[in-house]
Amino acid sequence: MTLWGAVIVGSLGCYLLKLAGVSVPSRVLDHPVIERVADLIPVALLAALVAVQVFAGQGRLELDARAAGLAFAVVALLFRAPFLVVVFGAAVVAGLLRLWWG
Amino acid sequence: MALSDALPQAWPEERRRIVRDSIAVGVATGTYGVSFGAVSVAAGLSVLQTCLLSLVMFTGASQFALVGVLAAGGTPAAGAATALLLGTRNTLYGLRLAPLLGWTRWRKATVAQLVIDESTAMSVTRDHRAAARIGFLTTGVAVFAGWNAATAVGALVGNTIGDPRTYGLDAAVGAAFLALLWPRLRDRRNQLVAVGAVAVALGLVPVTAAGVPVLAAGGVALLAGVLSRRQDPTEVPSPDDVGGGR
Repeated sequence: MTLWGAVIVGSLGCYLLKLAGVSVPSRVLDHPVIERVADLIPVALLAALVAVQVFAGQGRLELDARAAGLAFAVVALLFRAPFLVVVFGAAVVAGLLRLWWG
Repeated sequence: MALSDALPQAWPEERRRIVRDSIAVGVATGTYGVSFGAVSVAAGLSVLQTCLLSLVMFTGASQFALVGVLAAGGTPAAGAATALLLGTRNTLYGLRLAPLLGWTRWRKATVAQLVIDESTAMSVTRDHRAAARIGFLTTGVAVFAGWNAATAVGALVGNTIGDPRTYGLDAAVGAAFLALLWPRLRDRRNQLVAVGAVAVALGLVPVTAAGVPVLAAGGVALLAGVLSRRQDPTEVPSPDDVGGGR
């Protein structure tokens, strides 16, 4: 699959998932296991994405400036900072560390 | 549960309040489209591809996931698969919303695009249909407008600044995922699933191709969902979670 393929398949697929939700009779998907799994999928995937995004590089685990960015994000979230502060603050922390230590 | 069509006495005032709150949520959420735009071009997507994602995919976590997996060296197929898995929660929101909003077939095809965290949060708590509809539509349209405009700004600016690593934009992606995950971490079971998913993903990083660890971590959700006995309704973000609080 090409980059364009991912953009098109992912986008149309996400729209169809929304359309399915408002269109199918609720009894089709109304099952406790489906509901639980669907609730837990974002938790598992987002947690894994955080981990991989921060600690993975070139097929191995790495500890670098990104970890400091994540630490900033945790503190900012604890203080209920707005999304943009969390995200760009993490970038600034990582960028500054790289500036100082090359 | 279908809602009553009858309007309460104080409707004009309630309507004004819902519209005001919904637009505030739209503005707050829309602005962080700037970070998506910047991160997306840093991951190697063009400005056009980035803007199309915000227009057509239009669901933040899936969009960040697609570009995040690509940025980490994953294949486009792995990126699309991760985005689709995250998109499944909108299906569940739709199931909850359909009886509340009570729209007919053709209307559904257009409003379906607006089924996201924020519009769901601003409508499922209402006690009559007109309020649910106005909360859903105003929030959905406000987020859509803000998110797409901000994405374009972020992508254009991001395109001109050179190597994203210099500015730490690679660290911004992890922070964005954490911010999206944060409101869900109050729950004990969710915390355990998150820890399990992190362990699976990091364990697989050295032995699998990029993109695989994240998809495999989805297995933790499947396992926990099947084994768990707890009965609970679909988790819908509260208005607090989508407002200025994060």
